[in-house]
Amino acid sequence: MTEAPGSAADILRVEHISKNYGAVNALSDINLRLGTGEVLGLIGDNGAGKSTLLKILCGFQSPTSGQIVLEGKEVSFKSVDHARSLGIDAVYQDLALIPQLTVYQNMFLNREKVNWPLLNSRAMRKEAKEHLDEIGVRIPNINASVAQLSGGQRQAIAVARSVFSSPKILLLDEPLAAMGVKEGSIILDLITRLKSQGNVSIIIIAHNYGQVLEVCDRVNLIQGGKITLDKRSDETSAEELTDLVVAEYRKALEERQREAAGGLG
Amino acid sequence: MSDAVKQGGPAQAGSPPRAGDGQSGGFLRSAGLVLLRQRESTVFVVAVALFIYFAVSSSAFVTGTNLPILFTQDSAPFIILALGEVFLLICGEIDLSVGFTFAFAPFLMYFLNQYYGVPGILAIIIALFSGVVVGWINAFLTVTVGLPSFITTLGTGLVLLGILDTTSHAEPVTIPTDMTSDVHWLGGNWAPFIWAIGLTIIMHIVLTRTRWGLHTVSVGGNLLGAREAGIHVNTIKYGNFMLAGLFGALVGLQNAYVTNSIDPTAGGYLYMFYAVTAAVIGGTAMLGGSGTVIGACLGAIVIGMLTDGFTILGVSANPLDIIFGAAVLVAMIANVQLARLRERGAQ
Repeated sequence: MTEAPGSAADILRVEHISKNYGAVNALSDINLRLGTGEVLGLIGDNGAGKSTLLKILCGFQSPTSGQIVLEGKEVSFKSVDHARSLGIDAVYQDLALIPQLTVYQNMFLNREKVNWPLLNSRAMRKEAKEHLDEIGVRIPNINASVAQLSGGQRQAIAVARSVFSSPKILLLDEPLAAMGVKEGSIILDLITRLKSQGNVSIIIIAHNYGQVLEVCDRVNLIQGGKITLDKRSDETSAEELTDLVVAEYRKALEERQREAAGGLG
Repeated sequence: MSDAVKQGGPAQAGSPPRAGDGQSGGFLRSAGLVLLRQRESTVFVVAVALFIYFAVSSSAFVTGTNLPILFTQDSAPFIILALGEVFLLICGEIDLSVGFTFAFAPFLMYFLNQYYGVPGILAIIIALFSGVVVGWINAFLTVTVGLPSFITTLGTGLVLLGILDTTSHAEPVTIPTDMTSDVHWLGGNWAPFIWAIGLTIIMHIVLTRTRWGLHTVSVGGNLLGAREAGIHVNTIKYGNFMLAGLFGALVGLQNAYVTNSIDPTAGGYLYMFYAVTAAVIGGTAMLGGSGTVIGACLGAIVIGMLTDGFTILGVSANPLDIIFGAAVLVAMIANVQLARLRERGAQ
C-alpha cells in the first residue's frame, strides 16, 4: 500500500468490511478510502466483488461485518433512500431511465415541477437544459425520448440526473461498459468536468484500465474479495494492472488444471 | 432537429410545435408533418375515410336520427371504457372484467332502490362506487397477491356475471319509474357522447400534463426503473384499476338509461373487447409504456361507425365480427411495424 492510512480529508472510509452469502465469501476484510473531491477507480475481474462492494456502499445490501465511516462518523445504511439522504447516490448499470419519456422528463422523474394540477414542463425543460449545459453534457434535443439516444448519451443523462440532487459521493457501476471510444469519451468528459467543479467524490467500477487511469486519481484492484493494489493513477499503468489480473487468472487456471489432473489420477 | 422520426412517448404527442417549424415549408406542409408524426394519425385518417364512405353509400347515415345513435349508442360507451383500458394498458395491465362491471352497476342501483329504498341519486352514486370497488379487488389480486391481470380480471368478470345471473334470475328489468326523471345528464339523447368527449379531454390532460400520467407511462415503460426512482408503482396500478372500474360502472348506468332497460346480458366480453380494440387501433401498445387517449377515442368512433354504418347498409352482425377481428390484426401489425420504423429512425 503506497497511500497513507485514512486522513481527516477522507469523505468515506470502509473498514474491515466482509460479506458472506451463506458459505460463499464475496468480500473479506476490505479497507478502502475515498478522499474529498477524489475520483477512485475500482477494478477487478468479473466476480471479484466490485459490485457487491458498491451495493453495500449505496445501501442496497448490508455488510456481514465491518463498518462504513462517512465524514468521520460511523454510519449503517438502512436502505438506498437512507444512503441517498446522507448524500450517496449511485448510477446502476440498468440506469433506471424510462425510454418512452423525454430527456427532461427523465431528469425530473419523481421530482417533477408542478403548477398544481399540471406539470410545469416549461420550467423543467429550462432547468434540465441549464443543468446539462453546466456539467457539459450536450444532448441535441431535450424533448427527444430517451429511446432515441445512444448508450453514451443515456449514461450521461443518468449521471447528470444523479448529480442533480448534489450528492457528496457518486457511485458509478460500469459507466463505460459496452461503449465505443467516442461514446465513452462523453462519460469521461463528464466525470472530468464534475471533478474540476470539485463538489463530488466519485467511485467508478470499470473494466477498461486505460480509460480508468485517464480519469481517476487513484485505482484499487479487487481480486478474490480482497483489495490487492492501491496506487495513484500516475504510479501505475494499464500494463501493470492487466498483468496483475492475467497473473491471477493464470494461477486460477493452473490450479483448476491441477485439480482436474488429480481427479483423473 | 434531426430527421429521425420524432415521435416519442405519448407525453410528447401533445407538446406544442417548436417555433420555426412552419417558416420554410409553408403552414400546410408543416401541419401535415406534425399530423404524420402523431400516433393518432392512422386512426384519424381511417375515421375520416369511413365517415365519407358511409355518408356517400347511404343517405340515412348523416341524419338527425342516425347521428345520435352513431355517437351516443354505438361510440360513447366504447370511448369511455377505452379510456380506462388505455391507462391500464400503458402501465402494463388490462381489465377484462369491465364489461361485467358495466352490467353489474345498473342492477346494483335497481336492487338498492327497489329492495332497500335507497333514493335515486344515492343509488346511482353507490352503483358508480361499486365499479371502484371491483377495480380495487382487481388491483389487490394483481398487485398485492401477484396474479397476472389477465387471469385476475377474467376471474372477477366471471364472478360478477355469476352474481348477476343468480340475483336477477337472468331476467332483464326496466328502470323504476321514480328513477327516470331528472337523469337526462346521464342518459339523455347526446349526454353519453358529451360525457365521452369531456372525459377524453380530461384524461388526455391527465396523461400528458400531470404527474399521474407521467408515472403511469414510467411504470409501464420501465417498472424497475420507476421503482428505483421512488415512484409508488403500486399506487399507480391501484388507481388505474379503480378508474377503469369506475368508467365501467358509469357506462353501464348510461346504457341502462339510454335503452331504458337493465339487462344482465348487456356489456360482457364483447364490450370489453371493443374497448381494448379501440385503444389498440388508436395506437396504444399492449406491452405498456405508451398509448394515447385521443387515439382511443377515435378508435372507438371507428368501431361505432363500423357497427352503425354496416347496419344501415344492411350487413348482418355476423360478418361484422370478421371485420372487427381483421381490424385488430391490421392495427397490431401496423403498430409493430411503426415501432420498428421508429427504432430505425432513432439510430
